[in-house]
Amino acid sequence: MSEDKGSFGVHGTGDTSGYSGLVRTQVSPGSSERPFGGYFDDVADDLERAFPAFSEAIEKIVVDRGELTLYVKRTHLFDTAMALRNTETLRFEMCMGVNGVHYPEESGRELHAVYALLSLTHNRRIRLEVAVPDSDPHIPSLVEVWGGINWHERETYDMFGIIFDGHPGLTRILMPDDWQGHPQRKDYPLGGIPIEYKGATTPPPSERRSYR
Amino acid sequence: MTIHSDPYAESRETTEGRVYSVTGGDWDSLATEIGATKEERVVVNMGPQHPSTHGVLRIILELEGETVTEVRCGIGYLHTGIEKNTEYRSWTQGVTFVTRMDYLAPIFNETAYCLSVEKLLGITDDIPERASVIRVLMMELNRISSHMVALGTGALELGALSPMIFAFRDRELVLDLFEQISGLRMNMAYIRPGGVAQDIPAGSIKKIRETVDQLRINFKDNEKLLVGNTIWMKRTQNIGYLDLAGCTTLGITGPVLRSTGLPWDLRKTQPYCGYENYDFDVITTDSADVYGRFLIRMKELEQSLRIVEQACDKLEKLEGQPVMVADKKIAWPSQLSVGADGMGNSLAHIREIMGESMESLIHHFKLVTEGFRVPAGQAYVAVESPRGETGVHVVSDGGTRPYRVHFREPSFNNLQSTSAMCEGSMIADVIGAIASIDPVMGGVDR
Repeated sequence: MSEDKGSFGVHGTGDTSGYSGLVRTQVSPGSSERPFGGYFDDVADDLERAFPAFSEAIEKIVVDRGELTLYVKRTHLFDTAMALRNTETLRFEMCMGVNGVHYPEESGRELHAVYALLSLTHNRRIRLEVAVPDSDPHIPSLVEVWGGINWHERETYDMFGIIFDGHPGLTRILMPDDWQGHPQRKDYPLGGIPIEYKGATTPPPSERRSYR
Repeated sequence: MTIHSDPYAESRETTEGRVYSVTGGDWDSLATEIGATKEERVVVNMGPQHPSTHGVLRIILELEGETVTEVRCGIGYLHTGIEKNTEYRSWTQGVTFVTRMDYLAPIFNETAYCLSVEKLLGITDDIPERASVIRVLMMELNRISSHMVALGTGALELGALSPMIFAFRDRELVLDLFEQISGLRMNMAYIRPGGVAQDIPAGSIKKIRETVDQLRINFKDNEKLLVGNTIWMKRTQNIGYLDLAGCTTLGITGPVLRSTGLPWDLRKTQPYCGYENYDFDVITTDSADVYGRFLIRMKELEQSLRIVEQACDKLEKLEGQPVMVADKKIAWPSQLSVGADGMGNSLAHIREIMGESMESLIHHFKLVTEGFRVPAGQAYVAVESPRGETGVHVVSDGGTRPYRVHFREPSFNNLQSTSAMCEGSMIADVIGAIASIDPVMGGVDR
């Protein structure tokens, strides 16, 4: 996922700690094997039964920190969502929203959309994740499946530039209509100006010395 | 083009028709002029600066006479980029940002955020019991203060002034408790990853118990004023109707969902912070209207008081126990204390790092400036805030700063139901419907 160098993770200034050759690679949790534990096996089984294109649609299943994440191909997202909502044994009748995450290092999968689903009937939660390239940021809209995702998709479009095809009115929601760029992307600067107080100047947060 | 003489309702021609800017005062001349035109479709722009819209909410209403045919919300006027800002601070500093989102329920934002960070760290089970009980205590006190604003301003917006006076009087008592415990009345940054910033000061339990007794008496004032009041019921019953199917498809949680009769409360269904050890009821009504939501909030006040009392009992038994996780690589290095000028490092800690132990100083410096590292991954944690499910999705890349923090704000989500609740109703009922959703624009826009 990322790489830390040196003892303090300082960049920009010389590292005098003697540990500058140290390299630590951060790895995000990989694909999980069955059994997943808890109700996760049931969810996977029921979805596989109810949804014929399961093996084609699901890229990988990750169980991490007690949460189940299904990585879905965007071509199958709508059908997967419909199956998750309509199947009696699944009944994810609520979508708590969609949220974007930008991973500039993952070439071809820079933009992720993360859906949090909730089943009131079975008292379960799962997560769907869809990855799309920055050059083609299109994901089918799920407004027809869960109406309440409408504003969440608009926010994700506003903040990340992910285009939800089929959304009834995909416009900016938090930023002004004529705003340039998508603020939550990693290459979008935070901004800010240096602040002078009692003779000392504090640079904006993004330019301060940081310890990663 | 007629020359308009009313200084409060100036008009100008645009490509989309005549636009009137109404700034208050007398609407008679405006009504006369609009009545004289052939135009039947009138678009009214309510807000973003309007006393009845609960903050900087802009509501775009299409009217036919006094009937609303279409409602849209314009939001974003209070967007401050809190989520982006947290990516440039340490995990602990994030608390100070997220507490400012839903500013009427700061403790819930903090708790949800801290629970998610703790889940990523894998220390959920290591949080000391005393810290969890203090979190519950603070959350329930916060629920009272938040519901007080919902009830008070909701009544005020429908023209009832006295309930607001009573509600703010009672809210003040709760804010005094917050001030005594955390040093601040709002935006406390009191809940921290690993526990809470400091133990509750000596004598707080006694004061909390006194306040609870006082609140029980005080709540009766509003109850007598509003419950069963004919005028109030005529303004709120069968208004802002939204049934269970509407709630699930729109993702609505909180009092609006419970007003359809479904007892969905995360404190019961998916307990966190040890809520399964408290005795309380989930309040529901089945009218699915503004009055039902009002009743739910009224009765939830009493349930919150019950939980506060039980939390006080537990705290008395847990006297002297730690309030921060034992792992010194995560726990904030110093115990804080409330001094004359607010919360700060305790004098004992200053003495230790400045005069006695250089290692302590290094440890303090590293944790405060660099912060702790959180293993890569993502987590979603939801808590039952006064307005519904406050969900936090955090992503870590293994660094000392969050990679992404996203709040699923109940106000943001629930505000979507405005159209479903208001279209086809009278314009005066829009106010009541929105007040029953109780949106907080700081949470909506973040």
